[in-house]
Amino acid sequence: MRLHRSSSGRFAFAAVLLVLPFVIDALLGHGWVRIADFALLYIMLALGLNIVVGYAGLLDLGYIAFFAVGAYTYALLGSPQFGLHWPMWVVLPLGALIACGFGVLLGAPTLKLRGDYLAIVTLGFGEIIRIFLNNLNTPVNITNGPQGISAIDPLQIGSFSFGSSYEWLGFRVDDVHLHYYLFLAFTLLVIFVSRRLEDSRIGRAWVAIREDEVAASAMGINTRNIKLLAFAMGATFGGISGGLFAGFQGFVSPESFSLMESVMVLCMVVLGGMGNVGGVVLGGILLVVLPELFRNAAGPVQQALIGRVVLDPESLRMLMFGMALILVMLWRPAGLWPSTQRRREFAAEDSVLQQEQETVYDARK
Amino acid sequence: MEILLQQIINGLVQGSVYALVALGYTMVYGILGLINFAHGEVVMIGAMIAMTVLQALLTAALTPVLAVLLSLLAAMAVCMALGYSIERIAYRPLRNAPRLAPLITAIGVSIVLQNLAMMIWGREYHAFPLPFNSTSHQLGGAIVNDVQIAIVIIALLIMSTLMWLVHRTRMGRAMRAVSENPAAAALMGVDINRVISVTFMLGSALAAVAGFMVSANYGIVHYYMGFMLGLKAFTAAVLGGIGNLRGAMLGGVLLGLIESLGAGYIGDITGGFLGSNYQDVFAFFVLIAVLILRPSGLLGEKLAERA
Repeated sequence: MRLHRSSSGRFAFAAVLLVLPFVIDALLGHGWVRIADFALLYIMLALGLNIVVGYAGLLDLGYIAFFAVGAYTYALLGSPQFGLHWPMWVVLPLGALIACGFGVLLGAPTLKLRGDYLAIVTLGFGEIIRIFLNNLNTPVNITNGPQGISAIDPLQIGSFSFGSSYEWLGFRVDDVHLHYYLFLAFTLLVIFVSRRLEDSRIGRAWVAIREDEVAASAMGINTRNIKLLAFAMGATFGGISGGLFAGFQGFVSPESFSLMESVMVLCMVVLGGMGNVGGVVLGGILLVVLPELFRNAAGPVQQALIGRVVLDPESLRMLMFGMALILVMLWRPAGLWPSTQRRREFAAEDSVLQQEQETVYDARK
Repeated sequence: MEILLQQIINGLVQGSVYALVALGYTMVYGILGLINFAHGEVVMIGAMIAMTVLQALLTAALTPVLAVLLSLLAAMAVCMALGYSIERIAYRPLRNAPRLAPLITAIGVSIVLQNLAMMIWGREYHAFPLPFNSTSHQLGGAIVNDVQIAIVIIALLIMSTLMWLVHRTRMGRAMRAVSENPAAAALMGVDINRVISVTFMLGSALAAVAGFMVSANYGIVHYYMGFMLGLKAFTAAVLGGIGNLRGAMLGGVLLGLIESLGAGYIGDITGGFLGSNYQDVFAFFVLIAVLILRPSGLLGEKLAERA
């Protein structure tokens, strides 16, 4: 994020990030630290999807499937389900690797499809994974079906478990705080990798493909391999965050990996600003925190205004979420914080704009 | 043998419904090149409105036939208004924006409609108050009831009307012109915005009929029923070749058959490892296979390779 270029600014920002969980805890309570943990998880997911959608311009509507693969890998290898308790060091990379394999598996046959078709195929893939997770409990019980897998091992390094509380110098540190720091470390790593990728040869190849695939391949880019790489890279990030999610929750079930979740992550990327790391982080924070705020506020506000809770806060929250999607797209189709390049595209001169617009009508040429 | 016949009948009935919904997708895609993600929810709203109106009319002691007709008309009217407003609010302002933008608003509309329905009608399953006793008939060992026969016949009637509308009327010609080349059509004096509105309204009217049919067939209405139905109908449209009306009908019926035959026989094929609870997977496997092997669909024209 270019906001903090001066070193004193960096230090201040780092300090804020470090004390944040305790500030949140003191001001808002334990539940909100947990929400901050989830926000970090979702930011990781959104950054992974950003590689596929934001950089390479490939619309993926089944991204949550990779998250599911990572989570179930962790759950199966670190729970009483099979009596296996492999260490986090083995399971997390393994989950990432398997997710990456699934990414290639999905990407290889589908990457020659045009945008919307790719979206639908990935959507179908996501649903297939979910349906299998839901049904692989008979005749051989692998995933435990809709009940999901519980009592998953906590994230653990050596004998240090992130799932318990510690007392240091009379200062109590709980599991939600510990997870915050772990997730923060991973998120910063993902941000770092994303930023470096963006400026690399591969990153520029992705953007070239997004802008014009024919021209990109004329420039000597192996479009198929580069697109496949985007898919694999995005899936890997999804797998890692899935493993972290399973260890954090201690419980996974197919319900957590519905299409709605894929849509949610996509919305973080698109609302925040595709292709811009800062925008995606902003989108992730907003879409986790605002619905939570709303959930807590909707009931009491109705109580105060009308005297009773007329509308179910949960569906009211989703209703507002849907409306927000529509309104933001109508007013800022490039997202809240677009990358400079995207912004330039949207403010381009007429000839360039015309060219961009033709995609709407060229479907049948 | 009886099982085969029974599954074919079930497949034809379900396929007719898919075909009606798929027509809505394919018409919009043919003209705008846009996947109308909210179309499944329009089907759901149609079913809900039909259920509510029918209930009210029956309580008012109207004759069953009149009540059914009026509730169907009411559902069609509401859905047409809905389709029109969706296009005006969520798609028209973004007609020149990049592709992803209208897709996101479509998802937004879908979420809004679903939750609106949940607020109005609640989370529970509602029984569809069909005022007829649907008698069952024996047909070579298989069973088919009146509702199922009616569904197939009405679907056929509606589809032929639609074909007549598109191929024989002035509006239909305008629609074909716009889908061929919007700019040239506009130069020839076709009011593009009007054509697009009419397309959305037509598609939504078909969705309302389909919603009525599904709920009459299963006897159940639920706020979440539109999502899966919409996805599968879209698959049917792609299978037949999206943008192609005949393709949508063929794809719908084929998908219905594939699904019911697949669900009926998957247990035998896999030796009991996979059961009929994998029924929903078929649609997606078909979708992926079609897109890989024949991306333009069964009846679609060849598409140019453009990103």
